[in-house]
Amino acid sequence: MNKELQTQKQEVETTEGAERTRAARCYVPKVDIYSLDDGIVILAELPGVGENDVDITLEKRVLTINGFVSTAEPEGYELTYGEYGVGDFQRSFTLPDDIDQDKIEASISDGLLRVFLQKAPEAQAKKIAVVSG
Amino acid sequence: MFRQAFNWNELERLRHDVDRLFESSLPRVYRPRSRTFPAINVWINEVEGVIVTAELPGVLVDSIDISVTGDTLEISGTRQPMEEASKEKYHRQERSYGDFKRSVQLPYAVNTEAVQAAAEKGVLRITLPRAEAEKPKQIAVRAG
Repeated sequence: MNKELQTQKQEVETTEGAERTRAARCYVPKVDIYSLDDGIVILAELPGVGENDVDITLEKRVLTINGFVSTAEPEGYELTYGEYGVGDFQRSFTLPDDIDQDKIEASISDGLLRVFLQKAPEAQAKKIAVVSG
Repeated sequence: MFRQAFNWNELERLRHDVDRLFESSLPRVYRPRSRTFPAINVWINEVEGVIVTAELPGVLVDSIDISVTGDTLEISGTRQPMEEASKEKYHRQERSYGDFKRSVQLPYAVNTEAVQAAAEKGVLRITLPRAEAEKPKQIAVRAG
């Protein structure tokens, strides 16, 4: 578990014909995905994003997270050494079939977004009787 | 005529990115500190002092230790995984956990009494005012 903590942020690649229109950089948030007994959790790192700046959409089976950063740069100060860039976040996930799409919960605290995807009640296994003809 | 305001900050960022590009193509051993956690940005105002920002999503404020000795700032702490997550059930793990520690050499001595730190939305901001005695002095030139 104690592997090197890494920081390098990865920028979203713009696909042809789909240029971003906001004049800010866009990064791919780092995520952890793990399962619980009754569902799946996606943890996404969105530093600088508050509860009103996060947008989650679900279209067909694709869940998209958009985080908009509005951190003000220190006024009157000059950036003299920079290791990370500041920008928005975007990432999409294709959800498995067994997720109840009406029961998705999301919360954010300290720049960490937690999306809980509840599993749909298991489809009843149907038994098909075989009759001899 | 259409004229766009020139954004110097953006240019500055570009320069840092180019620097980083060259850094990352070097063998691993020579790679500078940018691989360490957390990544920091340093902002300077000659008179006011220094502001250090760091992205620490999911780190509780209580678990961050900040100390200043002379002109060295040290940030340390621990990032714990969510309690609900058990090791066997990860489908994907891109975030990392454990202890971290960073030392930053500041460009000038700071007033350690007046250092302030605040974390908001996973971004830590440490304000380090320049020590009074260290501030640049204006020297009047008299015609004589």
